[in-house]
Amino acid sequence: MKLKQLEGLIGGLDQFSNPKVELEQYPTGPHIASRMLFTAENSFGDVTNKVVADFGCGCGTLGIAASLLGAEHVLGIDIDPESLEIAYLNAEELEVDIDFIHSSIKDLGWRGQFVDTVIMNPPFGTRTKGADLDFLSVALKVASQAVYSLHKTSTRDHVKRTALREFNARNAEVLCELRFDVPKLYKFHKKKEVDVAVDLWRFVPGKHQT
Amino acid sequence: MRLLTHNMLSSNIKGVINGFPLRIEAVKVVEKTVEMNADFLKNMFQKIDWKVLIEASRAMGYTELPEESDFSLLESDEFLSIFHHALLELHLEEGALVCPESGRRFPVSKGIPNMLLHEDEV
Repeated sequence: MKLKQLEGLIGGLDQFSNPKVELEQYPTGPHIASRMLFTAENSFGDVTNKVVADFGCGCGTLGIAASLLGAEHVLGIDIDPESLEIAYLNAEELEVDIDFIHSSIKDLGWRGQFVDTVIMNPPFGTRTKGADLDFLSVALKVASQAVYSLHKTSTRDHVKRTALREFNARNAEVLCELRFDVPKLYKFHKKKEVDVAVDLWRFVPGKHQT
Repeated sequence: MRLLTHNMLSSNIKGVINGFPLRIEAVKVVEKTVEMNADFLKNMFQKIDWKVLIEASRAMGYTELPEESDFSLLESDEFLSIFHHALLELHLEEGALVCPESGRRFPVSKGIPNMLLHEDEV
């Protein structure tokens, strides 16, 4: 599939109808989502024929993109049932099978090393400090190959240090810097649209003890 | 929810030592056909807990999986298609997953298990 095709397909997905500020629900735009998954597959071979988990999947954009690129089994996990309902319909609309799970990321127990790749657009940790790193900590335990994630560029050094030193990542690399358009979803947003600089990261988990 | 997902999830309740495997209570099972990928199945075969997959597929009303399994079976197309069906085409649509140790039920509705823990379980 071509990048533009992928972007077009996921551009038609429904997004949050009532975004919840405490969960920092911002939709992952089709521009970013398609590039994230395209890079994961074309540069690293981390998607096609793999088991992929979308942490904090929201309306399912990243998981659906993974599925469209040939991931064999995709899991979408989110704490918010309303988002999962939209995600479920979005997956149905594009005729992809995704196993959605209603759970917080930390509540879930995992057995074995099934998941190859975790993809996520975590809460940036602006409202709940450290929320993005809580996601990353679990992702690096669950994934056996790679974790793709978005974090604010302003936190780059901190993210790198924490991933390598505390979460035992073998490698942490910024693949590119993106502009994340956060549309005016919430009342506290004064401007119509806010542009946030965001890094697309690829982390390689350390060796797991089994 | 597919049985592949079932094979990788465990109950994570505070105090529970062995939350795997979750027992399946099936109320409604649906089948969705997907294309078979032999290489993927061979890869999964090494990771799957076979006994758990047998139990789970039986709970879903599917009894074709052989009791004993070893790598030589992967050469058989017939075996692969049975394995494929059990692992990826059976979906638990309505029912519950039950923690083997505490008996806590995690309801499954519209194919989505609710694994959210209560405050006193974290």
